[in-house]
Amino acid sequence: MDPVLLARIQFGLTAAFHFLYPPVTIGLAWLIVYIGWRYLRTADPAYERMAAFWIKLFAMLFAVGVATGITMEFQFGTNWSTYSRFVGDIFGSPLAAEGVFAFFLESTFLGVLIFGRRRVSRGFYWFSSLMVAIGSTLSAFWIIVANSWQQTPTAYRIVGEEVFRRAELTDFLAAVFNPSTLPRYTHTVVASLLTGAFFMAGISAWYLLKSRHQEFARRSLQIGLVAAAVASLLILVTGHFHSVQVALTQPAKMAAFEGLFRTESGADLILWGFPDTANQTVRLKIALPGLLSFLIHFDPKATVAGLDQIARENWPPVELAFYPYHLMVLLGGWFILISWLGLLLGSRRFTSRPYLWAVLLSLPLPWLSLELGWMAAELGRQPWAVYGLLRTRDAVSVVVPAEQVLATIILFVLIYSLLLALLIFLLTREIARGPEPLAAVPAQEVVR
Amino acid sequence: MSHALLQNIWFVLIGVLLTGYAILDGFDLGAGVLLPLVARSDRERRLVFQAIGPFWDGNEVWLLTGGGALFAAFPHVYATVFSGFYLALMLVLFALIMRAVSFEFRSRVENPRWRAVWDGVLCAGSLVPALLLGVAVGNILRGVPLTPEMEYAGTFFTLLNPFSLLVGLTGLSMFVTHGAIYLMNKTNGALAERAGRWASRGWIALLILTIATGAAAWFDTPARFQGKPALIWALPAAVLALMAWTRILLAQGKPGRAFLASSLTIAGLMALFGAACYPYLLPARNVVDIAGYQGLSIYNASASPLTLLTMLIIALIGVPIMLVYTAYIYHVFRGKVVLEEEGY
Repeated sequence: MDPVLLARIQFGLTAAFHFLYPPVTIGLAWLIVYIGWRYLRTADPAYERMAAFWIKLFAMLFAVGVATGITMEFQFGTNWSTYSRFVGDIFGSPLAAEGVFAFFLESTFLGVLIFGRRRVSRGFYWFSSLMVAIGSTLSAFWIIVANSWQQTPTAYRIVGEEVFRRAELTDFLAAVFNPSTLPRYTHTVVASLLTGAFFMAGISAWYLLKSRHQEFARRSLQIGLVAAAVASLLILVTGHFHSVQVALTQPAKMAAFEGLFRTESGADLILWGFPDTANQTVRLKIALPGLLSFLIHFDPKATVAGLDQIARENWPPVELAFYPYHLMVLLGGWFILISWLGLLLGSRRFTSRPYLWAVLLSLPLPWLSLELGWMAAELGRQPWAVYGLLRTRDAVSVVVPAEQVLATIILFVLIYSLLLALLIFLLTREIARGPEPLAAVPAQEVVR
Repeated sequence: MSHALLQNIWFVLIGVLLTGYAILDGFDLGAGVLLPLVARSDRERRLVFQAIGPFWDGNEVWLLTGGGALFAAFPHVYATVFSGFYLALMLVLFALIMRAVSFEFRSRVENPRWRAVWDGVLCAGSLVPALLLGVAVGNILRGVPLTPEMEYAGTFFTLLNPFSLLVGLTGLSMFVTHGAIYLMNKTNGALAERAGRWASRGWIALLILTIATGAAAWFDTPARFQGKPALIWALPAAVLALMAWTRILLAQGKPGRAFLASSLTIAGLMALFGAACYPYLLPARNVVDIAGYQGLSIYNASASPLTLLTMLIIALIGVPIMLVYTAYIYHVFRGKVVLEEEGY
């Protein structure tokens, strides 16, 4: 058994599973803030019911996100201790900052959101939802800072020898705002909003298809669709800037994304195809001439570096980067199509069964695109754990026996599958039950 | 600021974070362990869940922040401890994962068997960390075999030595006592009375086990006491005084103040642990030279001065704000628990 492969499988599994939850909760949190704001402004109890319903689903998703996030924080130490020694000077600070600035905020005010509707004023209750949204969005920032530094390391110097060789921080802000932080962060946050929006829109579409809770479902669908329409366009914009950044700072990754084996001037943008690393070609490709050069350099004749510029042992796994990347881009197009179609349909969006079915079936697709985007980003970074500095195979813990890693992988798979099954069971139960009338809040309770 | 000063500051700050964790998550871990012992009906079990419901998540963040701070300030300690204590830590993680969802999942279905399962999960998910965190403390206090490359040189079973298991039981009794006193404050009637009985039992166990741990440490690892200023003896004296004070307050029927005394007792025990280890974060039990030290110390295992300073600035900005709103939320949810239709 190859301990490196096992450690990679474990990290991939746990991260992929954890990554199902934070984006949807970030998106939902902001939609809940909006609904709560409407309630504050209009005092319409329908908005209070709406907020209560989405908060209930939010809390369950959040719980599994928190539970699986605990693993991630310690996994660098357990499975990747050589990596931890190498990057600890830089990588640890964002994790600690996430704790101090974000985790405390979201977890503390989440308590108010779940338990406090009758204990605090309406204004403070809304403020708590805002703090949860800000906390979870900040949390994403610090995690993406850490991840981005692995992709495009800056503001470090290498000190020490052999096992004590490590990257030392030279400028904190430059490390935080390394070249990929902002493109990656904006892209991920917008994708999170899209995920929350399609979650809300999809469930609302289901109620409309079943002719249940119609007033509630129309309002929620409306909010979800508008958010999705805005987010899907922003995804295109942020995705573009992110790609340009990857082309400039991680050329091997961009070459793998596009199956660009040879450096070309006037490189084509491949819409689809089947890369063949052995023969260094892309089969059956459908491509737009010169567009890749144009998108990256704003010049259809510009030269784009191919994999021939990269030493063979430093190539990412081309197919494993190419397919997720292209699928993600195709899904991005679908999100624009479906959400804008809804806005164009006018009031027929609430009644057209084919359209409502399309929205419902689109509910899981943002998750798929998030996972694909994450795979493209991480597989495209290979064979490096820290791009150009530390190879993944040199980053693992040297003292952990392979069979212990295997045993814990099995346990993770069992526990995480159980959690997912239970979560889906409970979510579908709550959705089937629908938004419930809220017990009136006695006046003196409200003022406190 | 000199590197040595920053290293010392971060030794204290990591200690503060872990002490905050022990005091705060301590009461909800303890309450979780006690769930089947103090709560007889679904209503009483719901009261226990409600008593810790708004707080446990924020309390656990002390551990996550402590972990992040350890990674940043002392990366070698983070790497060595978590890879070296691999299976033990994984057990703690699995327990914390299941425990975290038990809060949210239990209330969602009104089936007695469903609820009994999650009651069991909360209890086991609280017991495993409450015990193993103490075992980890015991191993750090005792020292572990290390290589000159700072890697752990023992096995899983090296960690299960009698001394560390004794410290594990001490930690468990500390959490149980603390959790019982917390429940006395948050509940009424028969539930509070049962919690009071467990507070007394836990207290006796804690007293005996603390003295036993001190004696065992004296014989097993005298190095922790040697070469320290005589003032270190003030700490065990203070811990025993705080324990006595807790007992007196319990006898006087003042559980609110007893909770404060119990919190201070935990802080005292953590201070004693820190003073015994200083300047080591992970002492070596074998003879090994790591840059002139016998183990991982604050001097050979720390991050660069710039990282330590940056982290200090982050802490100085973030921690006061965090303390203000945390205190406010505890204020919002003060008093005895009442069952509402919201929550668990």
